[in-house]
Amino acid sequence: MSEYIEQDQTGATVGIVEKQFLTFAAPPDRLKLESGADIGPVTIAYETCGALNKDKNNVILVLHALSGDSHMAGYYNPEDSKPGWWDIMVGPGKGIDTNQYFVICANIIGSCAGSTGPSSINPETDKEYGTKFPLITIGDMVETQKALMDYLGIKSILSVIGGSVGGMQVLEWCARYPDMVRSAIPLATTTRHSALAIAFNEVARQAIMADPNWNDGHYYSGKKPDMGLAIARMIGHITYLSDESMRLKFGRKLQNRSALSFEFGAEFQVESYLQHQGNKFIERFDANSFLYITKAADYFDLARQYGSGSLVKAFSKCRSKFLVVSYTSDWLYPTYQSKEMVKAMKKNNLDVSFCEIDAQWGHDAFLLPNDRLDNLIKGFLRSASHET
Amino acid sequence: MKLDQLRYDLKIIASWIKPESRILGLGCGEGDLLYWLKKEKNVRERGIEIEESKVVKCIEKGLSVLQGDINEEIEDYPDNAFDYAICSQTLQQVYEPPGLIHSMMRVAKMGVVSFPNFGHIKVRMQLAFTGRAPVTKELPYSWHDTPNIRVLSLNDFEKFSSQVGFKILKRAAINTKNNHRQGKMVNFLPNLFATYGIFLIGKE
Repeated sequence: MSEYIEQDQTGATVGIVEKQFLTFAAPPDRLKLESGADIGPVTIAYETCGALNKDKNNVILVLHALSGDSHMAGYYNPEDSKPGWWDIMVGPGKGIDTNQYFVICANIIGSCAGSTGPSSINPETDKEYGTKFPLITIGDMVETQKALMDYLGIKSILSVIGGSVGGMQVLEWCARYPDMVRSAIPLATTTRHSALAIAFNEVARQAIMADPNWNDGHYYSGKKPDMGLAIARMIGHITYLSDESMRLKFGRKLQNRSALSFEFGAEFQVESYLQHQGNKFIERFDANSFLYITKAADYFDLARQYGSGSLVKAFSKCRSKFLVVSYTSDWLYPTYQSKEMVKAMKKNNLDVSFCEIDAQWGHDAFLLPNDRLDNLIKGFLRSASHET
Repeated sequence: MKLDQLRYDLKIIASWIKPESRILGLGCGEGDLLYWLKKEKNVRERGIEIEESKVVKCIEKGLSVLQGDINEEIEDYPDNAFDYAICSQTLQQVYEPPGLIHSMMRVAKMGVVSFPNFGHIKVRMQLAFTGRAPVTKELPYSWHDTPNIRVLSLNDFEKFSSQVGFKILKRAAINTKNNHRQGKMVNFLPNLFATYGIFLIGKE
């Protein structure tokens, strides 16, 4: 997902939030991973907004995408220039209303924003894990979130909500802990990557691994593979946009010049935009984390994992009420993939609503201000809290 | 929403539905009927609607509605998943009505079908005296832009039932006024004087 972080036009905000940490699986315990490997201790960074009610039944778990973090809304301190990544959605009176709900967002395992990942120190070697970090899955991410729920004493979640790789975690939650999840909103997501999606991820990973600074993933004491990571991000950004959005946003417009200069600089605006996105990304993201999380997304296959290949069977244990949302111009996870999951849910007689929102901004549309999405989520959550 | 705010034809449909039943609304629009049934009769509702803006209105109301084509979407439901499948004011826009009726009878125990009556006297008079394709309040489009590609009369539907193989359990022939808020039953020569027909149908 991109960085579209926008302030809410109305000025409504959850205010100051604080990043908190939970550490578990400390010796003698270990966290068993889906691959068979284990790891410990594991730290998970998380943030909360709103208040937990007496019955602990107003919990909403927000799940972030590839490059997100626990900072979904609000500010760490009054001087921050930007709020959290989904500030337009999470806050008082917003789509996810913090006056009513207790909203939690945790940084995924394998990431680099406070949770244990390849850039964390391996206690056995006192060095960064690097590529000694075990491969993780979407299921492993959900396991760490479950550990956080247990720690917070939460047994029932009103709604799990997330877009893109966050949406995969939503689906995983519903399949893995069907009795805990009362409703779910998978946005702009898929039950498994298409060959196209895997292909883009692989090119992005190869860009990182081809950077001479990558050094098999052990670069933390020297120069970082910034060029590789920036290129990986540029590839990602192409898939997050759409032909239409790029045409409207850039067309063939030139950057800071009126004529072609016959050189290999960033002449077109789209080139300059991608380079800017790449350069911004390397300041905040770890290249190894990018490798691990994209791999987890590629591995994700709900039908294989929970239905021996059948998506209908994969949803057979689910009990949640669903709201599935796709976007017309999303070519990374096109609408047909959302419709496939809706079809499988219907065959299981699950309570599912589905809407394909007409938006020109491609996959990233779910991060942009959109009254339709706000109203959909608001109405759905209201009925979920009454009915479930 | 109060019952008297509901459109007259929808009021009649609503009165036929048993409380606590499972309902599938085909082409449910902004969900007025489903919402009323959910609130007043505690039904378990599902709706299918093709227009995004209407789907959003439904979901905002807290209804379970999905965006899509009724002919395709109805296929995914298990047999007898519903007590009633309701197709209100939509049959005349369906490309293959027998297929849709079959699907309704597969996924639900009973069906409700309503449509504007093409046998109404105004329709007949227009064609007879102007010699042009009729345009009425109930069927307000011109021949070249109408979504109503399968206009039919009440008698047509009666005959259709024996051809396609379902039985008519209840029928209501109605006339509406005041923007469809009010109306009355038509008992005398319904195929000539009713503007709308509503049928409750069951399996043979």
